Amino acid sequence: MAIVTPGFFGKRRGAADRLPPGQYLADDFPVLTAGPTPVVHTEDWEFTLTNEVGERHTWNWRELQALPAETPTVDIHCVTKWSKLDTAWRGVSLDELFADVDTAADYAMVHSYGGYTTNLPLEDLLDGQAWIAYEYDGEELLAQHGGPARLLVPHLYFWKSAKWVRDIELMVTDEPGFWESLGYHDYGDPWLEQRYQGD
Amino acid sequence: MTYVDGNVLAGPLAEVFGVDFTAVTGTCASCGFAAALATLRVYSTAPGFVARCPSCEEVVLRLVRTPTEAWVDLRGARSLRVPLT
Ligand SMILES: [Zn+2]
Repeated sequence: MAIVTPGFFGKRRGAADRLPPGQYLADDFPVLTAGPTPVVHTEDWEFTLTNEVGERHTWNWRELQALPAETPTVDIHCVTKWSKLDTAWRGVSLDELFADVDTAADYAMVHSYGGYTTNLPLEDLLDGQAWIAYEYDGEELLAQHGGPARLLVPHLYFWKSAKWVRDIELMVTDEPGFWESLGYHDYGDPWLEQRYQGD
Repeated sequence: MTYVDGNVLAGPLAEVFGVDFTAVTGTCASCGFAAALATLRVYSTAPGFVARCPSCEEVVLRLVRTPTEAWVDLRGARSLRVPLT
């Protein structure tokens, strides 16, 4: 398609208004990876929430699938400067998973199969802002995109949306994750262009 | 999507340390394997360089280049063996 008219996006804001500063629109879905893709079979898959005193809530794959699913359509923004609009996911809201978790902690560390970690404030995982996603674009989530299940926190740079999510550990004090300990921003708001420490 | 060999790090490391790393051997802190730079498996599509041990796949070295700084993590290297001329 060569011509995109101003009315192309209908009543939605134009694509340009939905691009945070310094970002460009990607047509494809780039795969970024810091290591080998972990092979996680759904029969072995588990997801655990651990609060600040070590109480654990664990779900296996069947239990996750039995929870009410949501189908968020969201824009995603990678710190390497590509953005993708209207990505369609299916997954379980973190509000659902945190419903019975007793906590006074303010921070969370997300751990993935394969060893990746990322930190963010607990409040950014709640109130309809984050999901454990297991379908993308109507298909089961491919391993290269974090399948069988990944965290989806689209309002922050996409490195926070940890692939192959395995557990979320609540913390009283903030600690840096994999990229946050090597120069990347602790929060990572794409609209404030918080890419690096000090931004 | 896979890795490239460690020589991709020669330029960035020389920029930071002023040393030619192509002859440097790093010992993996996880398994003890002594890896020449070229044998490291570097994942470079990530937000930074992640160099992994060819024997155990643990991280040996990480490097991020921001517009104004370089950040280097060598926790995964027990030692670096650097030839002196
Ligand atoms: Zn090793």
